[in-house]
Amino acid sequence: MNRKLINFISAFFYTLTGLACASLVIIVAIILGNIVVNGISHVTWEFLSTAPKAGMAEGGIFPAIFGTAFLVLLMTIAVVPLGVSTAIYLQIYAPAKSRWVHAVRMAIQNLAGVPSIVFGLFGLGFFIEFMGKGIDKIFLGGELYMGQPAIIWASLTLALLTLPTVVVSTEEALRVIPKAHREVAFSLGATRWQMVRYVILPQAVGGILTGTILAVSRGAGEVAPILFTGAAYYLPYLPTRLNHQFMELGYHVYVMATQSPDVDATLPILYATVLVLLTLTFTLNFTAIIIRSKVRRKLKIGK
Amino acid sequence: MNNISKIETKALDLFYGHFQALKNIHVSIPPQKITAFIGPSGCGKSTLLRAYNRMNDLIKGVKVTGEVLLDGKNIYSSKMKLISLRKRVGMVFQRPNPFPISTYENVAFGPRIHGITNREQLDNIVETSLKATGMWKDVKDKLQISALALAPEQQQRLCISRLLAVEPEVLLMDEPCSALDPIATAKIEELILELKKCLTVVIVTHNMQQAARVSDYSAFMLLGDLVEFGETKEVFTNPKDKRTQDYITGRFG
Repeated sequence: MNRKLINFISAFFYTLTGLACASLVIIVAIILGNIVVNGISHVTWEFLSTAPKAGMAEGGIFPAIFGTAFLVLLMTIAVVPLGVSTAIYLQIYAPAKSRWVHAVRMAIQNLAGVPSIVFGLFGLGFFIEFMGKGIDKIFLGGELYMGQPAIIWASLTLALLTLPTVVVSTEEALRVIPKAHREVAFSLGATRWQMVRYVILPQAVGGILTGTILAVSRGAGEVAPILFTGAAYYLPYLPTRLNHQFMELGYHVYVMATQSPDVDATLPILYATVLVLLTLTFTLNFTAIIIRSKVRRKLKIGK
Repeated sequence: MNNISKIETKALDLFYGHFQALKNIHVSIPPQKITAFIGPSGCGKSTLLRAYNRMNDLIKGVKVTGEVLLDGKNIYSSKMKLISLRKRVGMVFQRPNPFPISTYENVAFGPRIHGITNREQLDNIVETSLKATGMWKDVKDKLQISALALAPEQQQRLCISRLLAVEPEVLLMDEPCSALDPIATAKIEELILELKKCLTVVIVTHNMQQAARVSDYSAFMLLGDLVEFGETKEVFTNPKDKRTQDYITGRFG
């Protein structure tokens, strides 16, 4: 090959990779720009604090914001203890490299790869049909109370979906704690539980927090798992009990985009809702990133 | 040799799986003296040290036979409580390894896990322990600052203070100076000599000069065998075994 051709190919791939990067940035910029430009004028205090009116062509999205917050709160309460305990078991208690640990890790990885709509169906089948109906049958003689779509079932379904996030980031946080710290704790006469409680957990708090926020951010943006398990098209009341249905931002977007009687009238509201949803998840992700880098810096001081 | 010994090791064998790391060890550690274990890497000196507070228990596949008597009681018997054993027989590790919390909390850690919650009592223990290692003056105004901000020597002192806070009877030191520079090493050695007034010290070291400087008794180990044990002066100036002599004079190791 002659020199010119080589130079040309080299320049060509340099340009190509650069363009690939640029196109990515441009696409993100277009998406965000479009949403911000079209949505920002509609995001007012009134929009954030009132309920939808007139077939969703007017009014705000307060019930959806409230529902989303309530949903992810319940989800967090469920997923954090479960995820953190799993990670602690895998990293601290379980014999390293055993088959059992391997099986659990495989299960978590598979869980992370399951399409979210499948979680929705699982939630419907397991939580509502099996657990909810089961509870009704045993405690209420079959009267319908828990055996229907409800915020508790939706949040548990989301908890399953976000479990891998919490387990993986907690495990990562536990893994970087020097093994010597465990030995020291034991050599001072600590029991295994004391070692976990006073040596491991305080050092892992940052990682656990990061995982939790990422899980919340993911959970807040998912629609498919709550589709059959509790999200409502429209509710005249706010959910206050665990067996109530709820409105949710992501689902509200879906509803307005596909089921609206007057698409043109709801369009500005749709844009504004998406903007609120994106702001929420971006803020959460950004917070997680900040916490993570702070924790990493703190652990580096000693080295 | 003394009749009384703090730790009496009798026919101790230790296996990692099929590998025998310690072979029929008999040795008496005298109280309130410094005993050094010397020998080339992999000779079993650290393993023997760790057998004295059962830190080897943490490793999978370890099997121990024989006896280790602490004040006449076998620490490998089922009656011996692991927690109280480790409280009595403390350990200082190779690298300074303070927890990434404040100096105060590092020292208070041991007393806390053994049930002391009274703030005044903890304050006293922290002060006494830091005074015992001679670092109280330097850190008393910055007790709440992260221990990771201390210099390596201070960190190692802190680790010793953390140990003294649980009032151990025996101090096991696993090459406590190997991560320190010569000046810091000299200061830690001084401290070790100070500590033997009230404690029994067993120190593993690679550094022969160190063993000669600080220890009263020395044990030379090779490939899992305890080759020679005696007063340090004797072992270093008049070794009975050819292998000890070869090692000490630097012919191998």
